Amino acid sequence: MIASRARRGPAIATAILLVLASACARDRETSSPGAEASAVPRSPEVSASVFAVPSASPYGLGRPATADEIRAWDVGVSPDGRGLPPGRGSVAEGEKIYAAQCIACHGPEGEGGPYDRLASRAPVEGFPFGTEPALLSRRTIGNYWPYATTLYDYIHRAMPQAVPGSLQPSEVYALVAYVLYLNRIVPAGAVMDAQALPRVRMPAHDRFVRDDRRGGAEVR
Amino acid sequence: MTKVAPPDPPGTLSRRGLLGRALGAAALLLRRGGDAEAAPPTNTSPMRPAVPEDATKLLGRPPVELGERSPFEQPRRLVDIPLPSGTSLTPLQDLAGVVTPSDLHYERHHAGVASLDPDRYKLLVHGLVERPTVFTLADLKRFPSRSVVRFLECSGNGARGYSDIKEDWSPQQIDGLTSTSEWTGVPLATLLREVGVKPSATWFLAEAEDAALYARSIPVSKAGDDAMIVYGQNGEALRPEQGYPVRLLCPGWEGSTNVKWLRRLELSDHPFMTRDETSKYTDPLANGTARQFSFEMDAKSIITFPAFPAALSGPGWWEIKGLAWSGRGRIARVDLSTDGGASWTAAELQEPVLPKCHTRFRHPWRWDGREAVLMSRAIDETGYVQPRLEDLRAVRGPGTYYHFNNVRAWRVRPDGRVSFALRA
Repeated sequence: MIASRARRGPAIATAILLVLASACARDRETSSPGAEASAVPRSPEVSASVFAVPSASPYGLGRPATADEIRAWDVGVSPDGRGLPPGRGSVAEGEKIYAAQCIACHGPEGEGGPYDRLASRAPVEGFPFGTEPALLSRRTIGNYWPYATTLYDYIHRAMPQAVPGSLQPSEVYALVAYVLYLNRIVPAGAVMDAQALPRVRMPAHDRFVRDDRRGGAEVR
Repeated sequence: MTKVAPPDPPGTLSRRGLLGRALGAAALLLRRGGDAEAAPPTNTSPMRPAVPEDATKLLGRPPVELGERSPFEQPRRLVDIPLPSGTSLTPLQDLAGVVTPSDLHYERHHAGVASLDPDRYKLLVHGLVERPTVFTLADLKRFPSRSVVRFLECSGNGARGYSDIKEDWSPQQIDGLTSTSEWTGVPLATLLREVGVKPSATWFLAEAEDAALYARSIPVSKAGDDAMIVYGQNGEALRPEQGYPVRLLCPGWEGSTNVKWLRRLELSDHPFMTRDETSKYTDPLANGTARQFSFEMDAKSIITFPAFPAALSGPGWWEIKGLAWSGRGRIARVDLSTDGGASWTAAELQEPVLPKCHTRFRHPWRWDGREAVLMSRAIDETGYVQPRLEDLRAVRGPGTYYHFNNVRAWRVRPDGRVSFALRA
């Protein structure tokens, strides 16, 4: 492993070895970031806070991530729309893609098949999933999902199951629009894109609460 | 099972007890000798592995590079759902001690087992950090390492044991989505200090390099507590099913947060609300809300012997054995009942008793041959008591599915057969 480090310069490797040998070693002959590792305390991992950060890497391990690397992998989409890519898709376009790519697993109009049922607003009254065990298999996007952006995020990550990552952003937007339409959340003429999707308010949006279990004698 | 001498009550050591044990052992040897004469030679049965009739008269085989189990021992996971997004369950009733053999560790995948080349492996850490960084596997192994023994448990473990009860379910079928391993890696706090987390970061996204790009949002505070990036399991590299070459370990938290095949950590000021922390792994409650980010696994226990399919050959002394664990720390006590919960007595906890780790309990029991209902109840160091089914349903509602940790029961029948019983 020292050898791999040495590819970046024998001086750095030397500095690291000095650090490992003596926590107070300080090599001022090199100006590379690795030399900052000499400032490392004897056991940095015992520090209580993960935010108590020296101005440089304590161990000088790893290498800077390039902007291209981050762009290639940074697929996460947030509820406020951060992470949504350019592109747009309509309900009508989504219907065609759904028939070709999704219907075998999720059934006509998202009514379910070998895999999850996607569409249904029933039960329209309340949110009785906690009291009715039979509803376990009837949780849908329309009656249970709290955020519309999750649809883009998940389809882009994982669908279609046999060929994940094969859909273009506009195709994903179209599928999102169609599935929201099946759940009577958007109208038939809806078009989804990075601006429209975060504005879609899901029926179950206000149903989710943070965990209130704390251990101790009380069962929750 | 052969009847053996009764154990002394805990804490006593008498000459009579020692003598009794010695006599019992001698009787056992004599009886085995007698059986061997009467029984047909074992190596003629087509169903049993071939071994010499007398191993003392035949030279054994030399060492080999890779060992394997005795051909008489064939523990197996139970593939419960044979799909890429399926599960396999650990044979809890076949295990000894607390460590689960790696090849019997339970499985739950979201897009099958990913195949990764360790030489091409990269972990990207970015977002609200000072220094977006890529680590190789070799980089990760250069950090100061830690090894911890911790359980993992799928939050759906045991759920079906309440909706569709079958008497001929084994511990594996009821609660086999939990296992314990010794995990080796680097504390996540060490890694985060290396990249410099900005104070505005409160969550991070942990993402897998699998065909689902499976991803979960985790509070940064878990890194300040005990989260780790692990590459070792039970003395060797992670198994592919457990995330080779690198996974996230969130001790005590539901298994699905321990992201396997980890390739990306993105520090953020909010949770991402991925599908598996909204649509799945949330807990609807009776009051019309759903609990989200319910990470900690409540204390739980299960008797693994006597339990179906094992049967008792007759009355006398038997050792009740089982496993208990809590996502909040150490197991403080396990209570046992042999009368369906009417009375309870503390079982003996077997060392090691580690935090967030399977803990083995045992209790000598003299079975009188009448029907008995055996139950175990775990209490953890926070004072949490494993609830009865009715108590759990009362606070959560009957529709609750994940985190179903109520007291389990086994009915011992007069003929020695044992069946799963939800309660007395």
